[in-house]
Amino acid sequence: MKSVWRAIGTPVLASLIAIIIGGIIAAAIGYNPLQVYGSLISGAFGGAIPLGNTLAGSVPLILAGLGIAVAFRAGLFNIGAEGQYWIATVAAVWIGYHFKGMPGFLHLIFMLVVAMVVGGLWGGIIPGLLKAYRGAHEVITTMMLSYIGILFAQYCIEPGGPMLEKGYQPQSPAVAQNAWLGSIIPNSQLTWGFAIAIVAAVVVWWILFHTTFGFQLRAVGSNQFAARYAGMNVPLYTVLALGFSGVLAGLAGAVQMLSQDHRLTQSFSSGYGYTAIVVALLARNNPFGVILAGIFFSALSTGSQNMQLVSGIPQSLTDVLTGLIIFFVAAERLIPMALTWYRRRKSGRLQVSLPEGGRTDG
Amino acid sequence: MSVLANPQLWFATLAMATPLALPAIGGTFSERSGVVNIAMEGIMLIGAFFAVAFSYWTNSAWLGLLFGMLMGGVISAIFAWAAIRLAADQVVLGMAVNIFAAGLTAFLLDTVFGFNGTPANTPSLPTVHLPWLKSMPFLSGVFNDQSVLVYIMIVIVIVSHWFLFYTRLGLRIRSVGENPLAADTAGLSVSRLRYTGVIIGGLLSALGGAYLSIGILHSFDVNMTNGRGYIALAAMIFGKWTPFGAFGASLLFGFATALGIALQSFNVSSNLLGMLPYVLTILALAGLVGRSTPPAADGIPYEQHR
Repeated sequence: MKSVWRAIGTPVLASLIAIIIGGIIAAAIGYNPLQVYGSLISGAFGGAIPLGNTLAGSVPLILAGLGIAVAFRAGLFNIGAEGQYWIATVAAVWIGYHFKGMPGFLHLIFMLVVAMVVGGLWGGIIPGLLKAYRGAHEVITTMMLSYIGILFAQYCIEPGGPMLEKGYQPQSPAVAQNAWLGSIIPNSQLTWGFAIAIVAAVVVWWILFHTTFGFQLRAVGSNQFAARYAGMNVPLYTVLALGFSGVLAGLAGAVQMLSQDHRLTQSFSSGYGYTAIVVALLARNNPFGVILAGIFFSALSTGSQNMQLVSGIPQSLTDVLTGLIIFFVAAERLIPMALTWYRRRKSGRLQVSLPEGGRTDG
Repeated sequence: MSVLANPQLWFATLAMATPLALPAIGGTFSERSGVVNIAMEGIMLIGAFFAVAFSYWTNSAWLGLLFGMLMGGVISAIFAWAAIRLAADQVVLGMAVNIFAAGLTAFLLDTVFGFNGTPANTPSLPTVHLPWLKSMPFLSGVFNDQSVLVYIMIVIVIVSHWFLFYTRLGLRIRSVGENPLAADTAGLSVSRLRYTGVIIGGLLSALGGAYLSIGILHSFDVNMTNGRGYIALAAMIFGKWTPFGAFGASLLFGFATALGIALQSFNVSSNLLGMLPYVLTILALAGLVGRSTPPAADGIPYEQHR
């Protein structure tokens, strides 16, 4: 139990410090911090519809965040989830309006599987092979492939593009309606995609911590030289871990598409694949932590619209908060260090006569 | 072929390589000293915003440049403190700086300048015109009327190479990036050298950001770096952590981008042509460049034992 608290403690404490600093910034430029945060919270959780939208927004963050966490666990930085997300969405949409006669349930599974395979190939197999056999750094290759994937998705629905629906806004035809993911809370954006995200988190947790594959993946991540010495096939696990990561980013794209737009549209600025990196970092690559972190960042995003509307403070304040949170998560030693400093100062003042033992600080 | 002979293409190549080469060399300094730096994107944004803001407030683009770089230095000093003193995870820290900077600059743009953005009468840095190049029309087309920062960048490439590989301080910075324990044993201050590396990196990244805001434009836009800091990261790795390598990789990116724009007149999809720099990079990594190995102690916090 103590270890659970320790795992949650730092991110929570980091968030609290960031929120306090954000409040000071807001107050310094003449806003009421209580009103700012009140409108943020009510915009994210105040009522069934805001709550539904917050949970809905967390789905792509959780799924892609799981993918990034898996890669981090293997010691790899998949910075390109955004592109894996879009290239998989393109593939799912294409399947979605080309096989319209299929039974809805089968069609849904078909789309999800194709998206996962495409995401896995784009994010995993190509960068994984390049890393394993050519030594190309995965940060570069996943990033480059990510840009290519986003540009490809844009190309598909540009004027004259191959998937453009004639006579409409830049968008593709809709996928078969009987394969859409249904809504859970009426009038909100929440669909059964949320259930898929939760199941995915459980599956990832089980694979990481209760299978040989997961064990070896984490072993490669903690010390690839030791893992190689123990006879593990490090290049293979590089490919598999990045592939697994891409599979989840691809799933994120397909689930989001089947929940919200049901087609390819010009919504490329959503940036779920980038926020997902932050989700994985805040969750410290723990699958259940990813669920909480995903909901947290989705709440920041949905709540910030209401915050700007009600209190007039720019929405970008939430990005400042996010940056601070991640900073304090990384600087986890700050708090113990400040505490030791404070204690030493206090004890130094009260017990000057006592001889000081132990180390001194330089 | 006529496209390649057009000096405009090479003019654009150089202009687009500049905001990549500066942060890429900045990152090289940081990582050579042993601190992984993916925060170039954020530091560029800080540099870009404060360069414009101070140019407007002081009515001098040069003072704006100075303050923009200074703010980049301040942010990177905080980054360095957390990375060195607190031994924080440097990749996580870099992401934090990037997100914080994107948020802060957007927030300040709204609250300080309002929704109209930075004022149109903000001064910007001069361009350089060399009259004696007139007799060579091609070179004149490539080099004339470039921002003064393009020339400063070229000087920085050469000086950085000399500094890193031919001076005592450069050798020391590299030594704490390769084997901090040995450097410490030899009496060098690992943390001081790492602060130096990271802060030089921050100043150069901020300079790259200022080039975007007061070098080629005279305004700041939300997220105006548009991922250049990440491309610079790729250029740094691609260039194998050397200033000339980083410059070469930046030229390649600049060329591919400029070529993509030049080919648009042939009625090819701009989205497909936009892929060119990224495809080239992957091909180069897969075939030509081979393994790039970072400095041995890159990213590993050094804990001093006393």
